[in-house]
Amino acid sequence: MKSFEYVRPATIAEAVAAAAAPSATYLAAGTNLLDLMKGNIARPERLVDITRLKGLDRIEQLADGGIRIGALVRNADLAHDQSFARAYPAVAEALLSGASAQLRNAATVGGNLMQRTRCAYFYDTASACNKRQPGSGCDARGGENRLHAILGWSDTCIATHPSDFCVPLVALDAVAEIEGRNGKREIALEALHRLPDDTPERDSALEPGDLITAVRLPADARGFAMHSRYLKVRERTSYAFALVSAAAALRVEQGTIMDARLALGGVAAKPWRAREAEKILAGAQPNATTFGQVATAALAKAKPSGDNAFKIELALRIIVRALTLAAAGTPERLAALPASPFSPLPGVLQHA
Amino acid sequence: MSYAINLTVNGERSDIELDDPRVTLLDLLRERLHLAGTKKGCDRGQCGACTVLVDGRRINSCLTLAVSCDGADVLTIEGVARSDILDPVQAAFVAHDALQCGFCTPGQIMSAIGLIREARAGDNPERVREGMSGNLCRCGAYPGIVDAVLEAQKTITAAGQRRSA
Repeated sequence: MKSFEYVRPATIAEAVAAAAAPSATYLAAGTNLLDLMKGNIARPERLVDITRLKGLDRIEQLADGGIRIGALVRNADLAHDQSFARAYPAVAEALLSGASAQLRNAATVGGNLMQRTRCAYFYDTASACNKRQPGSGCDARGGENRLHAILGWSDTCIATHPSDFCVPLVALDAVAEIEGRNGKREIALEALHRLPDDTPERDSALEPGDLITAVRLPADARGFAMHSRYLKVRERTSYAFALVSAAAALRVEQGTIMDARLALGGVAAKPWRAREAEKILAGAQPNATTFGQVATAALAKAKPSGDNAFKIELALRIIVRALTLAAAGTPERLAALPASPFSPLPGVLQHA
Repeated sequence: MSYAINLTVNGERSDIELDDPRVTLLDLLRERLHLAGTKKGCDRGQCGACTVLVDGRRINSCLTLAVSCDGADVLTIEGVARSDILDPVQAAFVAHDALQCGFCTPGQIMSAIGLIREARAGDNPERVREGMSGNLCRCGAYPGIVDAVLEAQKTITAAGQRRSA
């Protein structure tokens, strides 16, 4: 690990000023950053420790019916906050399907949004990677790429965004509150993460010094609480990143879907909101035919970036399953294996 | 530049001078405080061998900068037993033969103590397995580990009920 200067600012303004310097970066729990630094993938010259900043660790109900989650709220604390989990069950389920209990105890809301891809070529400094070293090429293109993107990828980069948390957040129109050198602003979470295009080295729309201070969910996000699920297929049932995941949220009145949200994880460099597919759901009956059409629409533009054509078929099936589970209703208690398509009882389907 | 931090480790407060901000909590415990019970397995947050409790919560000490822990209360495997009396989790690991080589055991035990304090798994083996998935055991002692955690959970819950009765 390269050496660095460590600073611990007392105010957000001090933090922004300290982090705006070239090669400075924010440190919260460090669960991803330290891993990157140990591998020499991240080589910051200054770490700006934001863990002592006041007021960023609260979950606040807003007067307009929305909710504000401070950037330093730990993943486990948010997922286990009972009133939060009841109002936004797919978000809680996504959080609990990610990482391990130890990591969820440490990792923060802001850090989850800012984590880097887990593409093995990004992590291997002996490989060419346009995200790590702009212009060096992409060894994932001709390499082991069955886990890589099927939507929104470019010739320069086929990496995926690893977050589970961001998938239901994008589905529910979450907004990131940011404080930067020019004051405060907001970015829709859907616009925070970037597709690679020709500049895969830029993961997000943030500028140097920008600090995510909170994530906000609008009032209508809680309207989906009765019919929300997050479903995630991974190569082992716990403590693994998604091959493909989906957040499905429905508002159902008298057997008809009034409003719907759908987003996918593990398929692109950003959490993927399937807006065209959502349109099909509005006003439709919740049944297999509808869900099949929705899945087809959501994957209409998908194409394999390597040996990963199976992820398209997998995504189609995950969407149908997630919508079926959401239509059946949010369970009273989260399953022992959050977001798993498998039942703990051998041979038993999670839904019937 | 050096960094002065204050840390309470296993109930003992101390002022620590760090000459390098790169020192992880794991390396501080093992190399400087000579508490080698906490193990360095992968050193990348994947195996859980380095699990300790910080302010009562289980975390991976390999992914935590010591300098960022200023003021924290740390519990390691060395602080778990009271003189010769094993913690109920340690006793259950012995009773259920929940280890073979033992390298992952301090992390398993600290993780189990954290899991039981979190009080969300109850007596459900599937929830215990899920809650312990951040701790790998390459000897494959998982069935014994799950049994030990379930028994320790029962012992600790019963003791808590006796105290409050």
